[in-house]
Amino acid sequence: MAISSRDFRSLRLDAIGREFGNLHALRGVSLTVQRGEFIALLGPSGCGKSTALNCLAGLLPLTSGGIWLDERRIDTLAPEDRGFGMVFQNYALFPHMTVRKNVGFGLTTHRVPKPEIARRVEEALALVRLTAQGDKLPGQLSGGQQQRVAIARAIVVEPPLVLMDEPLSNLDAKLRLEMRAEIRRIHLMLGCSTIYVTHDQDEALSLADRIVVLRDGEVRQIGTPEDLYARPSHADVAEFMGYRNLVRTTAEPAGNGVAVTIGGARFPATPMEPVSGPAIAAIRPDDLSPAADGTIPAVVEAAEYRGRDFYGFARTADGTELYFRSEQRVAAGEAVRLEPAPGRVLAYGARSGA
Amino acid sequence: MNGGPETPPPLEGGDWGEGVVRLVPGTARINPSPPPPPSRGGGGSGPSLRVRLRNRGLDGVTLLVLPGALFVVALFVYPFLYGLVLSFRPKDGGWFLANYATFFADPFLYDTIGKTLAIAVPATLLNVALSVPVAMRVRLMRRQRLLTTILVIPITLGTVLVAEGLLTYLGPRGWVNRVLIEFGLSAHPIRLVHNYWGVMLSLLISGFPFTFLLTLSYVTGIDPSLENAGAMLGARAAERFRRILLPLLVPGLAITLALSFVQAFSVFPSAVLLGAPAGPTRVISIAAYTAAFEQYDYPLASAIAMIMAGVQVLIVVALLAARGLVFRGPASTGKG
Repeated sequence: MAISSRDFRSLRLDAIGREFGNLHALRGVSLTVQRGEFIALLGPSGCGKSTALNCLAGLLPLTSGGIWLDERRIDTLAPEDRGFGMVFQNYALFPHMTVRKNVGFGLTTHRVPKPEIARRVEEALALVRLTAQGDKLPGQLSGGQQQRVAIARAIVVEPPLVLMDEPLSNLDAKLRLEMRAEIRRIHLMLGCSTIYVTHDQDEALSLADRIVVLRDGEVRQIGTPEDLYARPSHADVAEFMGYRNLVRTTAEPAGNGVAVTIGGARFPATPMEPVSGPAIAAIRPDDLSPAADGTIPAVVEAAEYRGRDFYGFARTADGTELYFRSEQRVAAGEAVRLEPAPGRVLAYGARSGA
Repeated sequence: MNGGPETPPPLEGGDWGEGVVRLVPGTARINPSPPPPPSRGGGGSGPSLRVRLRNRGLDGVTLLVLPGALFVVALFVYPFLYGLVLSFRPKDGGWFLANYATFFADPFLYDTIGKTLAIAVPATLLNVALSVPVAMRVRLMRRQRLLTTILVIPITLGTVLVAEGLLTYLGPRGWVNRVLIEFGLSAHPIRLVHNYWGVMLSLLISGFPFTFLLTLSYVTGIDPSLENAGAMLGARAAERFRRILLPLLVPGLAITLALSFVQAFSVFPSAVLLGAPAGPTRVISIAAYTAAFEQYDYPLASAIAMIMAGVQVLIVVALLAARGLVFRGPASTGKG
């Protein structure tokens, strides 16, 4: 029997670390997850997010720190004793078992009576809308269907915590959006906690209650999607969150904030850390648009049509490269005057990453 | 896109890393599509013979199959057919099945089938049963290469050298018996050679590496995340093995059994050197040898060889048919 029930208050990672020889895959990661929370571990490949997930699952032992479920220490338990659900990146469905057998596997290992297994398997299949596929083998299903079997198999045992390792990375773009909504729906319906590993900031923003940004095995920032979107704490987090324009500049104190120089023009910027002297100014392409009275003269080098608007790439006279968004058609070679949206320029110290 | 004379290629999207793609308009032009290649032969209508052959997977490289094919024909197909025909031509004339009749009429001859099976079947089963747990452990090891090299050595040494070594090692004055007597575990030397057990031990020693390497390749072919998934769903090691690994391993084990069995069934050197070739280990290959080189009855020897092949084929076909009853798909899922 799984030792843990769904009724827990919090899961606590206490400075967990994992070394592979001399490589520190995880360093002092601390996090507290409340019951029912959806947490996304976000970061580029090699940042340690999958290692963190495997440590939580018990598939990788920790080399330092501890994991606590309420007052119980669980990092010393084998994966089969933790009772967490896990959705693997490659789904890891048992190829020789039908969908029903796959989904029921966790119930049979927990010695649940047969009629109850049948009932709960049907419920889980209904939840992922696969009732009609119950007797097929995984190899006969499409990628999206396999994905949903993997989710059903993980949640049917009603785990307190569901771990998902980039579950959508093998799906095509349309299916990814559908499954994203599906995962959020199932999470809300079950009320379990979910820890979701991804390198896709859109996925993290749309799914998570809180996002943990990892880099080089360390936590860079923890916050709500709104926090991370509007106020990334470091330049590298900003870059990861879609601030495509990271301009090396100098910052001078001005009013409550600082002023930065971009392409020869000065703008007020919001300092995200104490900044003076060499600095990095960060602006999203969405917040930089051509305007009649724009202050940054630049020449468009390329433009992409995106349906509602155009995304372009321009260069200023001093060689600064800027990505921008335009509602009007822009063409390569055209001269534009760009203007950042007020209050949307962030400033970081020049040493902090990027 | 914008109707201008110099349409630049679209901006490379998606690299939110450090790289900024510099594009100079007008330099990267896509070439106009090249003219269609001139068709060879075929009179200009439809693809040429060469193209049609290539579409069926036949090209110049296919010719490299020829030496191999000739080799197989010269060294396997021809001798086999020659032996088959020879077996139907008894030395002393008579009915074309006379050799087969002789074999199945004489207990001294037909008993060899049972004796060979009595050695080959347990040896094969034991080898496979031993290699599965060892392979399960070895697949997790870092230095697999070293271990597999050590294991291949008995194969390269050949059965005769192994048999000679065992003869002294297991003999009445060998290390095994001396240790047993020294520690009082036995009052007198245990007979381990020149009987059934000598042959069995030799088959285990020379057959294990082969069986093991084959098993290892099947075991490592199973996606490790399947076992992890089993563990996450609460299955302990024994249950993971029984419900996940074993069912996925069975098709591979059937092949391993078949190949190991064929090897063990054709045992000859160790049956002569370590066994009792006149008694309990008079295997079928000894019968064939005696017929050919002691009685100079090649047709009978050929008939015995054909019977030997027939028994092997029966067992292998039975194994492969049984394999068809279980799941036979890939031992992993997912499209990624």
